[in-house]
Amino acid sequence: MNRHTLARSGAAAVAGTLLLAACSGGTDDGGSDGAADASACEPSDGPVELTYTGWVPGMEDAIALWNEANPDIQVTYNTGPAGNAGTYQDFFNQLEADQAPDLGQIEYDTLPNFRVQDGLVNIADCAGVMDAGEQFVDWTWQQVTFGEEGSVYAIPQDTGPMAMFYRADLFEEAGIEVPTTWDEYAEAAQAIRDEGAYITHFPRTDVNWFAGLVWQAEGRWFENDGEAWTVDLTGPQSTQVADYWQGLIDDGLVKDTAGFSDEWNNELNTGELWTWVSAVWGSNSISSGAPDTAGDWAVAPMPQWEPGANAAGNWGGSSVAVLQGSEHPYEAAQFALWLNTSEESLTALNQGGGLYPATTAGLELPALKEGLEFYGDQAIFDVFADAAAATDPSFTWGPTMAQTYNDVADGFGAALSGQGTLLDALQAGQEATISTLESQSIPVAE
Amino acid sequence: MSILTRTEGYGPTAAPDSRGVRERPMSRLVAFVIMGAFTLYFLVPIWWLAVASTKSRGQFASTAGLWFADFHLWDNLTYLFTYDGGVYLRWLGNAVIYAGVGALLGTLLASMCGYALGKYVFRGRNLLFNVILGGVLVPVTALALPLFLIFSAVDLTNTYWSVFLPSLVSPFGVYLARIYAAASVPDELLEAARLDGSGEVRTFFTVSVRLMAPALVTIFLFQFVTIWNNFFLPLVMLSDEKLYPVTLGLYAWNSQTNAVPELRTAVIVGAFVAIVPLILAFLGLQRFWRGGLAAGGVKA
Repeated sequence: MNRHTLARSGAAAVAGTLLLAACSGGTDDGGSDGAADASACEPSDGPVELTYTGWVPGMEDAIALWNEANPDIQVTYNTGPAGNAGTYQDFFNQLEADQAPDLGQIEYDTLPNFRVQDGLVNIADCAGVMDAGEQFVDWTWQQVTFGEEGSVYAIPQDTGPMAMFYRADLFEEAGIEVPTTWDEYAEAAQAIRDEGAYITHFPRTDVNWFAGLVWQAEGRWFENDGEAWTVDLTGPQSTQVADYWQGLIDDGLVKDTAGFSDEWNNELNTGELWTWVSAVWGSNSISSGAPDTAGDWAVAPMPQWEPGANAAGNWGGSSVAVLQGSEHPYEAAQFALWLNTSEESLTALNQGGGLYPATTAGLELPALKEGLEFYGDQAIFDVFADAAAATDPSFTWGPTMAQTYNDVADGFGAALSGQGTLLDALQAGQEATISTLESQSIPVAE
Repeated sequence: MSILTRTEGYGPTAAPDSRGVRERPMSRLVAFVIMGAFTLYFLVPIWWLAVASTKSRGQFASTAGLWFADFHLWDNLTYLFTYDGGVYLRWLGNAVIYAGVGALLGTLLASMCGYALGKYVFRGRNLLFNVILGGVLVPVTALALPLFLIFSAVDLTNTYWSVFLPSLVSPFGVYLARIYAAASVPDELLEAARLDGSGEVRTFFTVSVRLMAPALVTIFLFQFVTIWNNFFLPLVMLSDEKLYPVTLGLYAWNSQTNAVPELRTAVIVGAFVAIVPLILAFLGLQRFWRGGLAAGGVKA
């Protein structure tokens, strides 16, 4: 009854059918017909009912506020399993059958997949959408427009800017400096190992965490020039990050515990792990997984590659997209804008679902200015707000991330058990991704 | 026939048979060791689940998995049944409807179909039976997507029907019913019923069903467990949380534990509570199994 195996085999089953749907989704070229379907964004006559599927807990509270204020645009919310655990596949099936909900929650790393399969409505011409761009944190807007002129395919909802959680008490007791660069981080790793503990773990399956580190180093895994995709999992920055962690693994300075496992929680709880470079939502993972360490943690910016630099990565975050087949794109876009920009909604989503807003104004919510008891009363969200602003806007996700993650994770697992290296894993992921793209007739640049 | 031989050893009916070949103690020992190993293999996870359900969130990660820590079962149950407005109870109810009613009607359909194939001679009988037998080979998972497209063509996705209707069909049940009907319902008896003026339907319900009872219970249990555990079909069909069966609900919760770590408790206790109806169904129906076997003995 291992729940993780259960979840993973479920994901594998889903991934299996994903291929089917991808094949039947035709040979859309992931390209340039965007402007064509943006022309007709007019309000509908009479009352409108919208459906919206996502998996944010507490979303109902925000929607209740909207429904009360907008009797003519009533929204029904359905909660599904997390995206890669089934909801994305449901969306693809429903798109195929022309039964998709009006609005769907889609993580940034999966938006290109839906774009390539022609599942998203371009809402750029819906009133207020283009103007809303400047309200959002730079990189998120880049994600939902794909850098195309006159195109907006989703409204950013939340983000996962990254920083470093660390055990302030243990660092202080041991007299170890809190690292600000990755070099210092490696030195601290050795010092902590000498104390009998580990600085952190290297998660074999959280490839998107690793992508966040590459993102910080200003690496790019994918690019799309409108014609074809460039896949580059092994560029200089990716190589640098992979070699760095490979070094820590080779020296036995990091644990190989799987992230979010019971074992991992226990290691956090008992002080065997001292840091975790993670996203803003990780604060909740620590406080609930390691309850005995309340008050001992603090947050500092991510270690930097260049001393004195200020770069951050991002791990996670979602957008809300209007799905193809919606009869009311105008109303759907208005709702999505309200949901992700209005203070009342952002407050409700932050309280109910712990969402970290994607708007710059949202980062100033009163709730995000307070000190947290678990983190020794530090106002930790200030650190993440800085990280959000320091995230490279031009990182692009590929159109088959579920597959890329799986293939790289396989290699990571092997590297952790001493077969091959992290770089080998990226190389294998690169090749598998290119052949997957080609098998789906998605053009790949040489 | 396989089901007959399997059920025989089930109860304490495996009484010493004086005419039987004398068992060697050695082979007996080996058999016990193997059975013991399998019993452990199946029971340890359930034991783990039972133990884990009683732990608080903090102790769940920090104490040994196979033994108790402080007893928090009632708190956990309260949390489970009140989270998100008590949606778990609804999921449990849905699963009982899908599996209970589905298995009942499914058993009726399968037994009538199998009985017809087993006791009546008509043209195309074997062809029909072979087609149905072919259905046994098709995994239900492979049918989920085509079913989804069919149901969306008639606008029935995301309704009770979309999960309920496909659950009624059980090629394996038809197969079992045919085999069992052929073996346990004597033609002479049907002949006698006809002579006494009983219609075919009446004969089926008053005479044949009784003779086939052990097979029906088996089909019912198989169907019940299959529907209860069927996860992929509801995953594909349903988007309204209120229609979820308990398996899908737990899966959805489990997929959210990264964002809401508190849900782990609910997932574990929920999984534990979810196996209770299955255990009850098995324990409750076991005696019919045995009773039916004895009834079968009369026909000889």
